[in-house]
Amino acid sequence: MKIKKNVAISESGFIFNPTTGDSFSTNPIGLEIIRMLKEEKSKDEIRKSILGKYITDESTFEKDYYDFVMMLQSNQVADDSE
Amino acid sequence: MKQKITVAVSGLNNIDSPGPGIPVIRALKESKDFEVRIIGLSYETLEPGLYMHDLVDKSYQIPLPGAGIDSLLERIYYIHEQEKLDVIIPNFDAELANFMKIEPLLKSDLGISMFLPTQEQFDERHKANLYEFGEKHGVDVPFSKMMFSTAEIPTIASEFSYPMVVKGKFYDAYIAYNPEQVANYFNKISAKWGLPIIIQEYVFGSEVNVTALGDGKGNAISAVPMRKLFITDKGKAWAGISLDDEELVNIANRVLSSSKWRGGMELEFIKTAENKYYLLEINPRFPAWVYLAAGCGQNQPEALVKLALGQAVEPYKEYDIGKMFIRYSFDMIVDLKEFEQISTIGEL
Repeated sequence: MKIKKNVAISESGFIFNPTTGDSFSTNPIGLEIIRMLKEEKSKDEIRKSILGKYITDESTFEKDYYDFVMMLQSNQVADDSE
Repeated sequence: MKQKITVAVSGLNNIDSPGPGIPVIRALKESKDFEVRIIGLSYETLEPGLYMHDLVDKSYQIPLPGAGIDSLLERIYYIHEQEKLDVIIPNFDAELANFMKIEPLLKSDLGISMFLPTQEQFDERHKANLYEFGEKHGVDVPFSKMMFSTAEIPTIASEFSYPMVVKGKFYDAYIAYNPEQVANYFNKISAKWGLPIIIQEYVFGSEVNVTALGDGKGNAISAVPMRKLFITDKGKAWAGISLDDEELVNIANRVLSSSKWRGGMELEFIKTAENKYYLLEINPRFPAWVYLAAGCGQNQPEALVKLALGQAVEPYKEYDIGKMFIRYSFDMIVDLKEFEQISTIGEL
């Protein structure tokens, strides 16, 4: 999973895909995950970081992470290159 | 020091289906090289541009295209006597044919410059010929056929699958899901715009457009892609955003180069989920959203004026990505005297 290079992400969680013209907003955790994806961190690294910082369990993380990356892919913000 | 010029511009109908005139004028007023006096050319007395005195210095009514080239010429000669025009930029599809015919005469007799497509270019990009245009210039165009009678529906239906797009030769397009709807739209459109009706394969995707300028020698001077963000019930962009889409710009440049397009144009595409681009339409003039190109750093109307005047123009290389335009409506308060003046003497 890779965030497309030309996608712009602001501090406030505003995401702009200049190829499609679409824009989105994400909450702080979504922004954190996107940043980690942009830094090309693996799913395991992201899992460890989120589970270490927030009170949640592994299965909730799995489900929410899957939903989130599917959304990124379907909106052409990310490639499924992993 | 800026060069002083006088430019006549038509398409002053800045309404919910806006003409390109006012955006072209706004771009010209921002020119770095020209100090432009604007002469508005109008067909109707309620075209808002007539009353926008901060943009349009003087306006003249001109005869409707159906009146022919003699009455148009007579009127242009009169306007030129008063205003000493340097350049004319016609902005309506329907008037282009007349202006193309008188372009050489206006140049030789009055020294007025225009920068219009040739008759051949104008004809080959026509909706009815677009499929062949695509084949010739290597651009994907949805399969289409002309239809002259509803009796042809069963034959046509066997070559297409539903839904299909039913289009008028100038304007209007509807999606038909069965033969009854095809017949209904055929009658509706042909009553308004005449025959033929164009049946086009329906391609699903998002609409992306390009405003572009060719120098007539095969050089693409400018191409700025945009996606509509808000579309009115007439299908017009009420808001849009410039895109970072290299492939789309390359396709536009290929069309400009291969056709040796002379002048402004708008290319309308559908981009599919598989990232394939299908050319739906070519408009042989700038679109009403051309001011976005100027806002992105490519002042296409200014470049067109330079080309018309025979000045050298280097192709633009960059434009701002993610720049938006948002239209708004605005009520002007107009004195009845002004309306009276344009209605009676045809000048304002």
